[in-house]
Amino acid sequence: MNLYGVRAIYLSEMARTRRTLLQSIVSPVLSTSLYFVVFGTAIGSRIEEIDGVNYGAFIVPGLIMLMLLTQSVSNASFGIFFPKFSGTIYELLSAPVSSFEIVLGYVGAAATKSVVLGLLILATAGFFVPLRIDHPLLMLLFLTLTALTFSLLGFIIGIWAENFEKLQLVPLLVITPLTFLGGTFYAIDMLPPLWQTLTLFNPVVYLVSGFRWSFYGVGDVSLAASLAMILLFLGLCLALVRWIFQSGYKLRP
Amino acid sequence: MEPAIRVNQLSKRYASGFQALSHVDLTIESGEIFALLGPNGAGKTTLISVVCGLVNPTGGQVSVSGHDIVTDYRAARSRIGLVPQELTNEAFETVWATVSFSRGLFGCPPDPDHIERVLRSLTLWDKRNNKLITLSGGMKRRVLIAKALAHEPEILFLDEPTAGVDVELRREMWQVVRQLRETGVTIILTTHYIEEAEEMADRIGVIHDGEIVLVEEKRRLMRQLGSKQLTLHLPSPLERIPPSLNGHQLELADEGHELIYTYDAADVSSEDAAGIPTLLSDLRDAGIQFSDLNTRQSSLEDIFVSLVRGRQ
Ligand SMILES: Nc1ncnc2c1ncn2[C@@H]1O[C@H](COP(=O)(O)OP(=O)(O)OP(=O)(O)O)[C@@H](O)[C@H]1O
Ligand SMILES: [Mg+2]
Repeated sequence: MNLYGVRAIYLSEMARTRRTLLQSIVSPVLSTSLYFVVFGTAIGSRIEEIDGVNYGAFIVPGLIMLMLLTQSVSNASFGIFFPKFSGTIYELLSAPVSSFEIVLGYVGAAATKSVVLGLLILATAGFFVPLRIDHPLLMLLFLTLTALTFSLLGFIIGIWAENFEKLQLVPLLVITPLTFLGGTFYAIDMLPPLWQTLTLFNPVVYLVSGFRWSFYGVGDVSLAASLAMILLFLGLCLALVRWIFQSGYKLRP
Repeated sequence: MEPAIRVNQLSKRYASGFQALSHVDLTIESGEIFALLGPNGAGKTTLISVVCGLVNPTGGQVSVSGHDIVTDYRAARSRIGLVPQELTNEAFETVWATVSFSRGLFGCPPDPDHIERVLRSLTLWDKRNNKLITLSGGMKRRVLIAKALAHEPEILFLDEPTAGVDVELRREMWQVVRQLRETGVTIILTTHYIEEAEEMADRIGVIHDGEIVLVEEKRRLMRQLGSKQLTLHLPSPLERIPPSLNGHQLELADEGHELIYTYDAADVSSEDAAGIPTLLSDLRDAGIQFSDLNTRQSSLEDIFVSLVRGRQ
């Protein structure tokens, strides 16, 4: 195992985050905080509690998920897309690192950053809404698993995309809509019956629900279903990454 | 001892269907400087890319100091440093950071002293804290060399190291390469500048259309294929060569002001190398006078051009 190699990749990715602190940390934290200001303090008080939870507090887990998903995907995809785009990937491909080590370095760094972001947003939310975390360990587990899984997905997208347009495509057309329709702002049982059924095909519902369960002990689907969904996703992404490296897909002509 | 690189029946067909390498056999000995020459699109970069792990081969094997590049890629790749043809850089990293990164990536523990030595030898030490984007093109290329040397490789690939580099820097680069060779590093370079191969290489390989056309020691190559030319400058132009001189390989140039005699450089030292003296006495007999003369040996460039042309 080339641990120095993994460390080099990880640290250089973290250094890139530090160089772009404003854009990669400050801006997502600020923009998510705006939701808390608006929904938590301004109009949240006029909206009824959902499942016995204050509306401002109700939307916190979903908003963190929203940010976690989009940031993980965009950060991890950019991390590997850029070397491919600029040509510096030659060094990575010529180095004595296994595909597992490459993924560990890149995805590890992207996931770390997402987890840090998630915790920062959580802390910020505490200023605006009455927060409560019933199952902190479970919360951390969900946070980490989701960050990891979607960083992997981002990594895959970064390898697949040949241009900046494709790079933005998936986050914009898939991730964001699914997250907004994933029960961030409402409980599923508030929807008409047909929509309730359709919504169950949206994987993000399971993530948001599980994450919210770790806060307030209530969710739209069972905790087991949520955990199963995130693990299924993780497995899928791992299998895809494995195939990419084995086949040389878009990496080695 | 295992050769530094052994390439056996290597083929590469790109997904487009283009056959970039066909059954290439090549052995590169440890400690030599090997120059790979070939016109644009000959397959030089493809060959290097396969050896370094950037391109998957479609046939054949490559081993690096006895380690197969596929089954034993860690051992193979950790011995190699690659300086690519294209200038590519992480624009916002510092010189120090990017070179240290390379060392780690290749599995070596941090060693600031070694990085300092490398940067000093490439006169980059003063620039160590500069962001790459602030460096000139020549400096960027030297940074790429520093990156390739960061993990103390036994074998260094230089893919057109002096493309777009001014004369002075080119000489500097040659100096660096020579110093490296003295420390025992095997060097494989590709170039379009024949003078570079002529200046640097111990052996020369010529690749054309994905096939190795020739591999030869530079000196022997130049002796074998090199012909010499004697040019006589005539004060009064000749219309045509007099029949009495038919026995010599002569041609007229510069509207009859130059008489060019072509002969084999290898013959000069041999017994029957009576060429020039006989020619001169025959000229005197024919009443042809000359005001000046010079000789020139054909360069690798001439050899190269005639080789490649001969195959078309
Ligand atoms: N990824 C690729 N897909 C398809 N064809 C390719 C690819 N890379 C290179 N080729 C083709 O393979 C041939 C050899 O290319 P290569 O880059 O090895 O040449 P080269 O000898 O390095 O040329 P140059 O002196 O211009 O650098 C060229 O015809 C090129 O168009
Ligand atoms: Mg090339």
